[in-house]
Amino acid sequence: MKRIAGIIVVLLGAAAGVLWADALSINGAGASFPNPIYTKWFDEYHKKNPNIQINYQSIGSGGGIKQVTEGTVDFGASDGPMNDEQLKAYQDKHGSPILHFPTVLGAVVPTYNIPGVDATLNFTGEALAAIYLGKVTKWNDPLIADANKGVKLPSEDIVVVHRADGSGTSYCFTDYLSKVSEEWKTKVGKGTSPNWPVGLGGKGSEGVTGTVKNTPNSIGYVELIYAEANKIPYGNVKNADGVFLKASLASVTAAASGAVKDMPADFRVSITNAKGKAAYPISTFTWLLIPEKFSDSAKRDAIKGFVTWMLGDGQNYTEALSYARLPKEVVAKEKKALAEIQ
Amino acid sequence: MLTLTGVCAAVSVLALFLILGYLVVRGGASLNWAFFTRLPVPVGEVGGGMANAIVGSAKLLLFATLVGVPIGFLGAIYLAEFSGSKMAFVVRYAADLLNGVPSIVIGIFAYALAVLPFKQFSTLAGGFALGLMMIPITLRSTEEFLRSVPNSLREGAMALGASKWKMIATVIVPAAYRGILTAILLAFARVAGETAPLIFTAFGNNYWSAGWTQPTASLPVTIYNYALSPYEDWHRQAWAGGLVLLGLILMINIVARGILSRGISVSRS
Amino acid sequence: MATASTSLPSAGPVSGSRSFLSRLRDGDEIARLITFVFAATVVLISILLVLELWHDSVLPRHKFGLGFFRTTTWNPVEGDFGALPFIYGTLVTAAVALFIAVPLGIGAAIFLAELAPPRVSDTLEFFIDLLAAVPSVIYGVLGIFIVVPLMRQYIAPSLKSILGFLPLFRGPAYGLSFLTAGIVLAIMIIPYIISVSREVLLSVPRDQREAALAVGSTRWESTWKVVVPFARSGIMGSIFLALARSLGETMAVAMVIGNDPKISASLLAPGYSIAAVIANELAEATSELHTQSLIELGLVLFLLTFVLNGLARILIVVTSQRGAGRARA
Repeated sequence: MKRIAGIIVVLLGAAAGVLWADALSINGAGASFPNPIYTKWFDEYHKKNPNIQINYQSIGSGGGIKQVTEGTVDFGASDGPMNDEQLKAYQDKHGSPILHFPTVLGAVVPTYNIPGVDATLNFTGEALAAIYLGKVTKWNDPLIADANKGVKLPSEDIVVVHRADGSGTSYCFTDYLSKVSEEWKTKVGKGTSPNWPVGLGGKGSEGVTGTVKNTPNSIGYVELIYAEANKIPYGNVKNADGVFLKASLASVTAAASGAVKDMPADFRVSITNAKGKAAYPISTFTWLLIPEKFSDSAKRDAIKGFVTWMLGDGQNYTEALSYARLPKEVVAKEKKALAEIQ
Repeated sequence: MLTLTGVCAAVSVLALFLILGYLVVRGGASLNWAFFTRLPVPVGEVGGGMANAIVGSAKLLLFATLVGVPIGFLGAIYLAEFSGSKMAFVVRYAADLLNGVPSIVIGIFAYALAVLPFKQFSTLAGGFALGLMMIPITLRSTEEFLRSVPNSLREGAMALGASKWKMIATVIVPAAYRGILTAILLAFARVAGETAPLIFTAFGNNYWSAGWTQPTASLPVTIYNYALSPYEDWHRQAWAGGLVLLGLILMINIVARGILSRGISVSRS
Repeated sequence: MATASTSLPSAGPVSGSRSFLSRLRDGDEIARLITFVFAATVVLISILLVLELWHDSVLPRHKFGLGFFRTTTWNPVEGDFGALPFIYGTLVTAAVALFIAVPLGIGAAIFLAELAPPRVSDTLEFFIDLLAAVPSVIYGVLGIFIVVPLMRQYIAPSLKSILGFLPLFRGPAYGLSFLTAGIVLAIMIIPYIISVSREVLLSVPRDQREAALAVGSTRWESTWKVVVPFARSGIMGSIFLALARSLGETMAVAMVIGNDPKISASLLAPGYSIAAVIANELAEATSELHTQSLIELGLVLFLLTFVLNGLARILIVVTSQRGAGRARA
């Protein structure tokens, strides 16, 4: 018996020890929102370059920032840009800066479950802020009803649902609410884990949609890709130009185009409530966080090669997974920035 | 009154069958040959599997057992056979405290000790975290079973002139082996399904993990990622993964109890 | 020495009078040393863990001090953190879980050890052990899909109509609540109670039972009044294991408790626990203060476990003055 166990252990050890010596292994960590498209991209890139294995794990934007700063992964990914404090921390630790590269665009949509109401509802920014602040408590409140003339809204209490776990989705949503509501800005502010005044917390988008589905008269927010993949009905949101828009790939890309003129060189920009008739107001970039200096030249070349591919052919995979592609102007800017990586 | 206990047992077993039933119904369809032999593929493509997660879990659990069981087992022997009551109190207390630490905090601890200094996620770090979690269950339960061996056996051995360690090795441990095995298998089952400690130690890997110092995929983490994703196909794979995990634990239980069944055991009424 | 007692010679009956060298030669001293080192490792790990948590929570400790225990806000955006709602939630869910699992678990263990035929008992035990292996996230998802709707549609309304006069069962019930988390936890911890208790009950010597039956007690009386007390410390040990698991469970609780950091008397209201908030926010925590506050919560949980374990042990010592079987704290 002991001998058998011993043999098994040795065999396992041998099997585990075989080295795939030729493959270059690169590790990345971060945002979960773009995980589906990143998985697709890294897989496609691996097919084209079999000796390059890019292993991406979605442990969360905060995790991505932390791990790339610690140096345990080669690159990071985040739904919200790193703030100055985090940039400085990276610079202090590594002696050179870290760069942001937008990859795709996403959007956050309001979902709801009102028995008897099948229509697509219109939401103004003020209405959403008031609901999530707990100031508007009934569905037939004028703030909601005025934008939905012709729809019979019940006088039921609104059950508010938000994300319990820290997420880029919450960051984008609260960033938008801070821009359209002064009260939200001062009372709650924007963040991945804001101090929600009211509501139930669902874990993950799965938790939020599950709760909304099972709770009559509830409202929640999820990523567009999530709503599309699960065929969840969602409402229109009024944009900065006064148009009620349904989130779509086109309207999200339009939001980015609108923001291009004022985009800073480091791409750290919020595009919520962007100008433009066709711009969907709750949109966001998601970024790859790539060090400017690499000690390993093979890794550097592999990553640069990937980003170049991502900005070109890679963008063609976005629509199928309900991500909005980057506008041409942003792609051009990124190609220039890529040259800075040494 | 006694029938009530039967009801209690029935309820407990019912819970398990409900869970198994759910997994089979939701995930059974995804169990095919590809599942066991192929690497994961991006969403939307068919034919992916969890082969690397299965192998990864096996490696992690092997290392965890090597770390956790000796400490728990030998520590329990000390508590049951050698120590005074003060030291025993302290060690037991420490084990209970360790047991109550959330798995994610163990993950942070293992991250600080086994990942940061090397700037590398690895199978060893993940196995280390899981091993830490095996210690309290193994220790506390083994100690209880060692103590439950009747004194008559101890006295008999010593009357025949056996030294203490011989008595322990040849009389007491075999007498308590059933319980000790239960303890180890329970600890093993516990850590086999743990996700949080692995996220910051073994990290995850979409490819095969070579050796012991690379990040590796594991069944619980893959199940976690798939279950919380928006895609129905990935959900089905998550349930299939859960089924595979439980199946493996069941098999290990059966094999362990079968192979290691021998000799003396305390008589049952 | 005529009666079988559970007291053990802890270090050998005559170890003091043999010379060190002769003990060394027998290997006993080495065995003692080796096993001591391993036992001490456990204590060392716990101490290291506390030190690590202490070291990594320096910012919030300086900023909030003891106020951390009293504050009820948790505001990552403003940088204001307090532990009270999480302590409350952790304690409440653990209490509910134990309340459900301990009677069920001990009852089942008694059935499996005393009544069921050996083959049936072993087979059922295999399956119950599997409950310990089900990944936390699957418990969570099943909780969302099965327990939460059940709670919202059937359990909560019935509880409110029957027991609604108690503050425990008032207020709106959305399904995500302390009670739901407690129920899911109960299922998760039951295998620990059953598995260990059953083995301990099985190892109670036959003569104990036979002696009780010989003096005319019923089957139930011999079980409950003789066998179970004999196995008392083992059963208590299993409850410690279960308690520890319910305090530290992260994923499943995070998915069904509602994640609302508020203190409410009603079990039907949503709440939050320490392990759940750490699991939810750690990966995404963007500021150093936020991360370290979460780690300080881990430290608080450690303290909580410390106190609860102490109280439980005191309880055992106090009650063991009466019952049979020696108490082992």
